[in-house]
Amino acid sequence: MVRERIIRYLLLLVAFSALGSLALITLFIFKEGLPLIVKVGLWRFIFGSDWSPSRGSFGILSMIIGSLWVTTGALIFGVPLGVTVAIFTTEFAPPALTAAVRPLVQLLAGIPSVIYGFVGLTVLVPGIQRYLGGPGPSALAGAMVLAIMILPTIVSISEDSIRAVPREYRDGALALGATQWQTIWRVVVPAARSGIMTSVILGMGRAIGETMAVIMVVGNALAIPFSPLQSVTTLTSNIGLEMAYATGDHRRALFATGVVLFVIIMALSMSASAMSRRSTRR
Amino acid sequence: MAGSTSVEPFAGLLAERYRAEHPQSPPINVQGGGSSAGIQAAQSGSAEIGMSSRWLKEEERGLETILIAWDAIAIIVHPSNPLSDLTLNQVGEIFAGRIENWASLGGSDRPITVVTREEGSGTRGAFEELVMGGERITPAALRQDSNGAVRVIVAGDPGAIGYISLGIVDERVKPLSIEGVSPSQETVASEAYGLVRPFLFLVRGEPQGLAKDFIDYVLSPSGQEILEEEGLVRVE
Repeated sequence: MVRERIIRYLLLLVAFSALGSLALITLFIFKEGLPLIVKVGLWRFIFGSDWSPSRGSFGILSMIIGSLWVTTGALIFGVPLGVTVAIFTTEFAPPALTAAVRPLVQLLAGIPSVIYGFVGLTVLVPGIQRYLGGPGPSALAGAMVLAIMILPTIVSISEDSIRAVPREYRDGALALGATQWQTIWRVVVPAARSGIMTSVILGMGRAIGETMAVIMVVGNALAIPFSPLQSVTTLTSNIGLEMAYATGDHRRALFATGVVLFVIIMALSMSASAMSRRSTRR
Repeated sequence: MAGSTSVEPFAGLLAERYRAEHPQSPPINVQGGGSSAGIQAAQSGSAEIGMSSRWLKEEERGLETILIAWDAIAIIVHPSNPLSDLTLNQVGEIFAGRIENWASLGGSDRPITVVTREEGSGTRGAFEELVMGGERITPAALRQDSNGAVRVIVAGDPGAIGYISLGIVDERVKPLSIEGVSPSQETVASEAYGLVRPFLFLVRGEPQGLAKDFIDYVLSPSGQEILEEEGLVRVE
C-alpha cells in the first residue's frame, strides 16, 4: 500500500514538473519581455515599422508581416498537398502502398530543420533567383520549405479524422448512387472537417514557430515586403539571428518578440483544442 | 577566453597550435558571444582573456588592451560583376539604399542586393563606423549571421554586394578595391587600404600564468605567422 502511494505521488510529481517548466518558461519570457513592451508602448512595439535596436527603435511590424507571409504561403502549398495525401492513403491507396507512404511522410518530421534550411538554401534559393527573379532568399523560399515541414502534422491528423468517419456514412452515400469521389468530397471530407481544421491550425503553429530553416532561406531583410520574391524577416528568425549579440534593451526586445509569439501560438493551440473538442462532442 | 566571433576562429586555431606545442598545458576554452560580451567577460572576470574586434568605448575603460593583429574588411561582389573599384562614398550610398542599380555605377543593368550582418556583430559595427558615418543601413538589406553566410549569398547572386573579413575572402567572391586600393596584406600593413579594424585581446590587470604564456605565444613570430597565413595582418 505504501509503495502504491509513493508511486502515485512520484507520477504526480513528474506530471507537474512538465506543467511547472511550462509555467517557469512563461514567467521568464514575460518577466524579461513585458518591461520593454511597457517602456516602448504596446502599439508602437507591434505597429512600429522600424527595428534598429542600436538607435533604440523597436517596432516589429515588418516581422509580424513577414511571419504572416511565410506562414500563409506554407499553408497555401502545404494544406492541399497534405489533405490530398491523407485522402489518398485512407480512401484510395491499397494497404501495401499506405504502409509505405505513411512512414515516409512521418520521416519528414524527423529530419532536422537545419537540413531543410540547407537544402532550401542550396536548391530552392538559386532556383527562385534564376527562374522567378529577385535576390533568391525570399518569403516564397521560406513558404516552400515550411510547406514540406508541416506536411507530417497535416497528413497524420487529417488521416486520423478521415479514418474516424463512420463506415455507414460512406456506405450510405454509395448506396444512394454517389460515386467514390462524390462520397469523399461531399460526405467524408465534410464529416472530418473539424479534424482537418485542427491539423491546419497545428501546422500553422509549427510554421510560425520554425526558426532555423527559416533564417537560412528568407534573407532576413527588415523592409516590409510587397512581393513573395522579396526577402522577409519573421518573428522567430529575428530572435535567432540577433540573440547571440543582444544585450540590455535589445535583448529585452527579443524577449518581448517572444511574448508576442507566445500569445499567437497560445491562441492557435487553444482554437485547435476547442475545435477538436467540438468534433468529439458531435 | 570569450568575445568577438570574428576573433574567435583565429583564437581557437592559435589555442590549438599552442596546445600542440605545449602538450602539458591545460586546455584553453575559446567561446564567441561578440565583442561587447567579450569586454564584459574580461571586466567581470568570467573570462581571463576577452576578445574584441573594435576599440573600447569611453565607458568600457579599465582593461589592458593587446593588439594581436589587424583585420581588413573586404567589400565583396559576385565574380561576374564587371566593376572592380568603388569609392568609400559609393559604398555608403549603396548600403544606405540610395543607389539601387549597378547601372548607375557603370555596371550592368541589375538591381543591387545589399547583404549585411545582424545588429551587434563586430564586423557590422566596424563597417558602420568605417563606411556609414552614422547613417543607417537600408532595411531592404538581407541580414546574415556570419561572414560565411554573407559569402554564400554574395557568391550566389550576381547583383549582390556584402562585406566580410579579408581573411574569409576566397575565389567564390570578388573583393573590390576601395578608392583605387585593393585589400591585401601589404595595403593593410601600409595603411593604404582604409577599411581596417583591430583584433584585440583584453585582460584585467597584468596577465598571469597560462593567459600570459598564451598571449606571448600569439605575439611571438610563430603566432603572428599563423595569423598572417589565415589572412590577417601582423602587428609590429
